[in-house]
Amino acid sequence: MDGESLYRETLRIKGDDFEHGGEAATQVKALLKQLGLPSTLIRRLSIANFEAEMNVVMYAREATLDVLVYPDLIRVEVADRGPGIADIAWAMQEGHSTATEAMRARGFGAGLGLPNIQRNTDELEVKSDVGVGTTLRYAVYTTPRPKPG
Amino acid sequence: MQLRHIVSVLTCEILSGAERLGLEVEHCFAADLMSDVLASAPHGALLVTGLASPQMVHTAEVADLAAIVVVAGKRPGDEAISFARQRKLPLLLTGLSMFEACSGLSAHGLRGAVRKE
Repeated sequence: MDGESLYRETLRIKGDDFEHGGEAATQVKALLKQLGLPSTLIRRLSIANFEAEMNVVMYAREATLDVLVYPDLIRVEVADRGPGIADIAWAMQEGHSTATEAMRARGFGAGLGLPNIQRNTDELEVKSDVGVGTTLRYAVYTTPRPKPG
Repeated sequence: MQLRHIVSVLTCEILSGAERLGLEVEHCFAADLMSDVLASAPHGALLVTGLASPQMVHTAEVADLAAIVVVAGKRPGDEAISFARQRKLPLLLTGLSMFEACSGLSAHGLRGAVRKE
């Protein structure tokens, strides 16, 4: 990732581990609180992290979640080893999901994950190779500035 | 509406957060779909849910919700209760159905949370 970060943390997420799904997001939230960042910003990023984490739990074998804190933004990369997403534009639309009933019974898998991540971040990039995995890169700005594009 | 009042109205068992029953709650968001909660529940809201998995506690934690009421007597597992206790997050259990719980809270003046967008 680019530039010199002020702070960096890497967490691992296990696929199919519903018992612990959500713990990475709450750990990151606690870290961001310790850094004294604004609570509205922490909330937005934590929601994005939680949705990204649950996507890994539901669909992938494993992933790393990297958090990098810069002076003017916080950047997160979630890189998984999993089935990948064949049609990213389709998956970005609300209600579009390939989740199973078991996933939905956990309160997720309604096709709101990626839209929720987009709604709560200032930048989002999704790259995926079918059969290899998916990488999400997103960021929230700690100081106001126009969103790219 | 104070949490202790909610406990009384819904005849709740307190699974965690007994020390925070003086907390005031203004809004309620009821859902089983956690992505809906993450998308629309305002911070400080009461979550009423039929979901008893650890994810409902993580949802409340990341979305800065005030407390959780699990309806229909669905008892969360040890992992969920333990996590709520660590976070001092009030986790309440009622035998009432989702409809009965929400109508009871509404009759006592708790308002529904307004969607953010």
